[in-house]
Amino acid sequence: MSLDYLLDAANWSLTSPDGFPQRILEHLGYTVLALAIAAVIAFPIGLLIGHTGRGALVAINLGNAGRALPTLGVLMLALGLVGIGLVPVTIALVVLAIPPILATTYAGIRSVADETVDAARGVGMTEAQIAWRVEVPIALPIMIGGLRNASLQVVSTATIAAYVGLGGLGRYLFDGLATLQYDQVVAGAIVIAMLAVAVDLALAGAQRLLVSPGVDGRGARDRPTTVRPEPQPEPAG
Amino acid sequence: MSEIWRYLETNGDDVLTALVQHIWLALLPVAIAFVLALPLGALVHRYVPARHIALTAGSVIYTVPSLALLLLLPGILGTSVLDPINVVIALTLYSLALLVRTTADGLDAVDTTVLQAATAMGYRPVRRWFTVQLPLAMPVILTGLRVATVANVSMVSIAALIGIGGLGQLFTRGFQLGFYLPPIIIGLVLSVALAVIADVLIVALQRGLTPWARAGAR
Repeated sequence: MSLDYLLDAANWSLTSPDGFPQRILEHLGYTVLALAIAAVIAFPIGLLIGHTGRGALVAINLGNAGRALPTLGVLMLALGLVGIGLVPVTIALVVLAIPPILATTYAGIRSVADETVDAARGVGMTEAQIAWRVEVPIALPIMIGGLRNASLQVVSTATIAAYVGLGGLGRYLFDGLATLQYDQVVAGAIVIAMLAVAVDLALAGAQRLLVSPGVDGRGARDRPTTVRPEPQPEPAG
Repeated sequence: MSEIWRYLETNGDDVLTALVQHIWLALLPVAIAFVLALPLGALVHRYVPARHIALTAGSVIYTVPSLALLLLLPGILGTSVLDPINVVIALTLYSLALLVRTTADGLDAVDTTVLQAATAMGYRPVRRWFTVQLPLAMPVILTGLRVATVANVSMVSIAALIGIGGLGQLFTRGFQLGFYLPPIIIGLVLSVALAVIADVLIVALQRGLTPWARAGAR
């Protein structure tokens, strides 16, 4: 394996349109856009289903079916229907990101102990207050776990943007394959893997900042900490 | 609709070949990983240091994007980029990372009093493991197997981007024909159908392997 392309300083120029910094920014752009849209769709639905317990079966089955959809096929279908551009790529990545976010939001809200919800109701909180101020903070570690899972899959799948003529880190993979420059392919693959790790670490950091110390046990030195089930990870797409 | 039928009439053989190849590329890794995960999961269940190593290795594997892994493996193994063995190895690694974890979780979840009862009845460790502990751990293990199978079926399509077969080829074909929808739709339908059928088969297997779950159902 040759690392020449990866280590060539010219490819790390900040101003070059096909240097790594520029491609990383494009790649992150596709990722953040898709994750934001998916979160706006999936969080409220997961919250509603988790809080009321209604419609769970439908949502879970739809989520599982969505998981079985090959993203490449969704992308091609979207391209055929709306034409080439950023929109079909975003549609495909949003379809990819919704199932993990929806499933973990629902699972997180359901994992809140009934006694806790009853206590909140007992002290006179409204349903909206219970959802926002009790259930969401307690469910947050699991919910962020779902977001991390989704972001891993989206970062790794956003490579397909380059296959249909857009930018992002996939460019190095497909351009390198087309011109038989394997060092370019290797460089792209390594940078994508590093970016996936970096995004995951950033979200892990965000998790520490956002989750109340009382919830994840950091605030309870002398009390036994609650063991919470970690969300099941899934292979990156 | 009629265009889809016409496409199937003229390209039926290609579609069938792609389907068969897809089944192989998706399910062979799950089968290999399942067989390897049982001893590895048992090891992880038993020895705490092994657990840390396995869980860390598992999360690292998950962070490596599949397309990147598919392209890095030839460099590491010395295989050709177009060799399907890369797909099999990549998907086996992903499946293994998931299944070792769920196997260990499943074994952890078996009630120790049940194991004590089996020992008291004269079961030797090996027989106890195969006839008591493993069957009781099966529901959790098979849940992991379902996730791995569905994930693999949808992941194999990516391999078409670098020229390896499977249903993903129908997507790239549609792309090359100027977003011609029939092959794309056929590929999507077959891919989802394959995932659903595989999932239903595993659920049936689970019902067959855990008869007490039905007997005790309330």
